[in-house]
Amino acid sequence: MSQFVEQIRQVCALGAMQTVLAIPRAVPILHAGPGCGQKLWSALGEYHGYQGSGYTGGHSIPCTNSGEKEVIFGGDERLREVTANTLRVIDGDLYVILTGCTADIVGDDVGEVARRFQEQGKPVVYAETGGFKGTNFYGHERVLEAIIDQYLKPVAAAASASAVEPGLVNVWSVVPYQDAFWTGNLQAIGQLLQSIGLTPNIIFGPGGGVDALRRVPKAQFNLLLSPWVGLQTVHHLEQSFGTPYFHYPIFPIGPTETGRFLRQLADYAGIAGERVEAVIAEQEAHYYYYIERSADFLFESRSGLPGRFVTIADSFYALGITRFLIQDLGMLPEVQFITDDTPPEHQQAINGYFENIAEGVRPPVVFANDGGEVREALRAIRFRERPLILGSTWDRVSARELKGYSLSVSLPISERLVLSRAYAGYDGALRLTEDIYSVILSDYQ
Amino acid sequence: MTINLDSQEPVIRETRLGAVTGYQGTVGDLACQAGGCRLKNRERGFTQTTSCSSGCAQALLSQIRDAAVVNHAPLGCAGDTVAQNVTNHWGEYIRRWPYSNLPVLNTNMSEKETVFGGGEKLRGAIREAHRRFQAKAIFVTTSCASAIIGDDIAGVADSLKEELAIPIIPVSCEGFRSKVWASGFDAAFHALFQGIIQPPRRKRPERVNIINFWGRAKDRITALLGRLGLEPQFIIPFASVDELAHISEAAATLTVCGTLGTYLAAGLEQRYGVPQVKSLPPHGIAGMDSWLRELGKVVGKQAEVEALIAEEKARIAPELAQIRSRLQGKRAVLGMGPGFGHGFLGVLDELGLDVVRAVSWHFDARHDYGQCPKATQQLAERQDGLPFSVGDQQNFEIINLLRQIKPDIYFSRHVGTAVWAAKLGITTVAVTDEYSAFGYQGLIDFGHRVIDAQLNRSFAQRLSSKVKLPYTEWWLSQDAFALLKAAEEVG
Repeated sequence: MSQFVEQIRQVCALGAMQTVLAIPRAVPILHAGPGCGQKLWSALGEYHGYQGSGYTGGHSIPCTNSGEKEVIFGGDERLREVTANTLRVIDGDLYVILTGCTADIVGDDVGEVARRFQEQGKPVVYAETGGFKGTNFYGHERVLEAIIDQYLKPVAAAASASAVEPGLVNVWSVVPYQDAFWTGNLQAIGQLLQSIGLTPNIIFGPGGGVDALRRVPKAQFNLLLSPWVGLQTVHHLEQSFGTPYFHYPIFPIGPTETGRFLRQLADYAGIAGERVEAVIAEQEAHYYYYIERSADFLFESRSGLPGRFVTIADSFYALGITRFLIQDLGMLPEVQFITDDTPPEHQQAINGYFENIAEGVRPPVVFANDGGEVREALRAIRFRERPLILGSTWDRVSARELKGYSLSVSLPISERLVLSRAYAGYDGALRLTEDIYSVILSDYQ
Repeated sequence: MTINLDSQEPVIRETRLGAVTGYQGTVGDLACQAGGCRLKNRERGFTQTTSCSSGCAQALLSQIRDAAVVNHAPLGCAGDTVAQNVTNHWGEYIRRWPYSNLPVLNTNMSEKETVFGGGEKLRGAIREAHRRFQAKAIFVTTSCASAIIGDDIAGVADSLKEELAIPIIPVSCEGFRSKVWASGFDAAFHALFQGIIQPPRRKRPERVNIINFWGRAKDRITALLGRLGLEPQFIIPFASVDELAHISEAAATLTVCGTLGTYLAAGLEQRYGVPQVKSLPPHGIAGMDSWLRELGKVVGKQAEVEALIAEEKARIAPELAQIRSRLQGKRAVLGMGPGFGHGFLGVLDELGLDVVRAVSWHFDARHDYGQCPKATQQLAERQDGLPFSVGDQQNFEIINLLRQIKPDIYFSRHVGTAVWAAKLGITTVAVTDEYSAFGYQGLIDFGHRVIDAQLNRSFAQRLSSKVKLPYTEWWLSQDAFALLKAAEEVG
C-alpha cells in the first residue's frame, strides 16, 4: 500500500456499495456520513465511464447521513429506523447494510441491528466497510462474505436438497464498477463458458440478481478469473458449501490467452478436448478474418505507430492487456504499473505472470497505487518513439507531456462513455485493437 | 452580526445562519419564519445519501492554480477528486490552458492511524505534497475519521510552517459536523482568511471580486464590467494564491450564488471594508438589474448602470416576447440549492412559465450580513403561496411529488438529480453551469434551450416506459412528506 495517494485509482472499502448495486434489485443501506455515498458514487459510477445511478444508486441510496448526534451518542437507533423505513420505501430483494468510518470508529453494534431484521425473516445482511479498513477490493470481498454467511447459508440449509447442478459455474472476475467494462466483460466470459457447454451463473449485471445468488451453493465449481481479488470469496465458498474452484489468474484477452484459458477450463471441468478445439478453431477463424484485413494498415501505417507500450492499470488489465499486446499483436512493453494496491503476498505471483510471455520479452513491473509515483517514474523513462499509454484519465496529462498515445482503460475513465463494451475474449481483443488504433489515427486527422 | 474569522474552525450553517434541511410549506411561510427567526428543522425517518462539506471545500481549494490540498482521510474521501478533475479540465479547456491534474494528496489513513493517531503520517504527507507540487500554500482538509480520533491538524501544520516557509492551513470540513454541505464552502473561505488573504497594500477602485465556480462567462463579464470601467477578479477556482492574497484591495464583492459567496463576501466587508453587493443572483432580468444596480451604488456608477440596463433590455425585448408566448402556461417544478434556485425561480417567471412547486436542498434563514436572503424575500413578495419544501436531495420525496404534480418541465441543479424526473417521462432541464440564464442575453439563450427541451420529448418518454422506479407501491401512494417528522428547535 502506498503511504500517500495522489490521483486515486480505487476508493475505500465502502465503495463496495457498488458491488451491491451490481446485483439487480439489491439495495445498499449506508450507515455512514452524509458525503460518503456521493463521493464514492461519483468516482466509481458517475465519472467513471458515466455508469450512472441505475436502479437505486447515486443519490437514491438509503443512508443514515450520520451526524454529530450519531457520533457522540451512537447510531444504532438511527440505523434501525432508516433500515425499517428502507424496507417500506425501497422495492428490493436483498438489503445490505454497509458501515462507514463513523460507525466503525464509534463502535455501533450494526450486527445486532441486522440480526433483528433477519429474525423477522427480512433479507437484510451487513458488512463492516469503514473506509480506513482497506480499499473497495477489500470491501467487495467483505460484501460477498456477508452475503454468503448471512443470506446464502440459511438458504442452503433450508433447501431440502441442495444437489449440485452439473455444469453450473459461478463466475467471479472483474469488480463491478471498478472495471468500467464489467457488464460487457462478464457477459463475454459467460458466452465463452457457454461455448464449451458450461452454464455460467453470473450474479452481477443484466440477468443476475438474487435468483442467481441462490443458485451459488449448487454450482459444480466456482471460476475465479482474476489475479488475486476474489480468492477469499472462492475459499470461503469452498469452506461454506464444499464447492471447489478453478483459478485462472490472467484476464483472457485475445486468441492466445483465451485459447489457453478455455483448454485449461475444459480440462478442469472434464469437457472433451475435441469439443473445445472445435470452438477455439471457429473463434480464431472469426478473429483472424478481421485481423487479416487490418494487417495491411498495421504493417504499413504512415501514422507513426507507437513504440513501446505502458500499462497503468489494475492487475486484471495490466496482465490481460500486456499479454495480448505481446502475444498476439507483437508489441514491445516498457514498464507496467499495477495500481490495484495488490497485497504483498500476491505480488510475487503476479510478477511471475509477466515472465515468459514471449521469448526475450520481460517488462519491468512496478506496484504503485500512487499516481504521483507513476508520474515520476514515467518522466524518468527515455522513450525513443511515441509510447502507447494504457492507463486512466489521470495519465493523459503525462501522455501529453511524453507525446504519447493514450487510451483510458482503468479507473478513472472520465473521457469515455462506456456501455456494453467488453475487452474479454476474442471479440474483446478486436474492440481493444480498434480502440488503440482509433486513438492513433485520430491523433493527426 | 459578525463572523468570527479568527476562530480555528468556522461555525456551521445550522448554528450560524439558522440553516435547515427539512421543511414543508409555502414560500411566504418560509420567508416569514426566517424573518422572525422561528424557523425550525424537521428530521426524516428515512434518508438517502446527500453530500458533505469536505466535497465542497475540496472543490474550491483544489482548483487554486498554485496551491495544493492534503486530504487527511481514508482513500474514499478523495473520491470527489475524480469529478473535480473533470471540472478542472473543463476550466482549463475554456481558458485554453494546458491540462493538469488536481494537486491533491490523500494520506491513505488506515486502521493503524485510527488506533495510534495520524499526526506523523500527516506531517509526512505535507512534506511530500510540498516536494511534489511546489505549491505556494497547502490546505489540509479533515475527514470524519481524522476528526473523531482527534488528530491535532493545527499543531502539525504549525510545526511545519517554518520548515516549508509557505502557509499550511487546516480546513475543518469533516462530513458529520453539518447536514448542510455548503458549510464546506465556508470552511474553504475561512481557510483563506486564516492564511492567504493579506491586508490591502492599496485600494483598487477598478477591481471587483466575483465569487463563482468555473467562470464559463468570464469573457462576457469582463466585457460587461469593462463598460463600467471595472475589471473582475474571479474567485476561487483558477485564481492564483497571489491573486487571492489581494482580494482585500477590491472595490466590491459580487457573488453568482448567495449560498456560495455569503461567508467570503461578508468577511471581506467586515475585516477589510470591501463592500458586499447585496443583490439577487445575476440570473434573468430582475437578477441582473439587481446585480448591476447594487454594484453601481457601491462603486458610484449608477448612471452608467442605468444606461447599460436600458440598452440591454430594449435589445432583448422582442425576442423575449416570442419566447414567452411559446412557454406561457407550461407548468414547471424546480429543485436546486437555495442561493441559486430562489433567484432562478425569477428566471422561470420571466420566461412565462407557471412554477407550481419548488424544492431547495437546504435553506439559510439568513445570510452572513444578517438578513433573510434577498432572493427569498422577493420570491415571497411575488408568489407567497408557492408550495415549497426543503430537503437535502431526498429523491424519494421529489419523485413522489413529481409523480403527483406531473409538470411539463423539471429544472434541476446538482449531479444525480435530473435523471429521476426523466424516468417519470418529465422533460428535464439540468442547470449545471452557474452562468446559465446569466443576465439579459443569457435569459434569451436559456429560453431557447427550454423550448428545445420541449420540442423532442421522446427520450424521457421512452425511458420512462421501459424502466421501473425503485420505490414501493406503498411509498408512491403516500403523501410526499409522510416521513418528515415534527419540527424541533434549531440555532
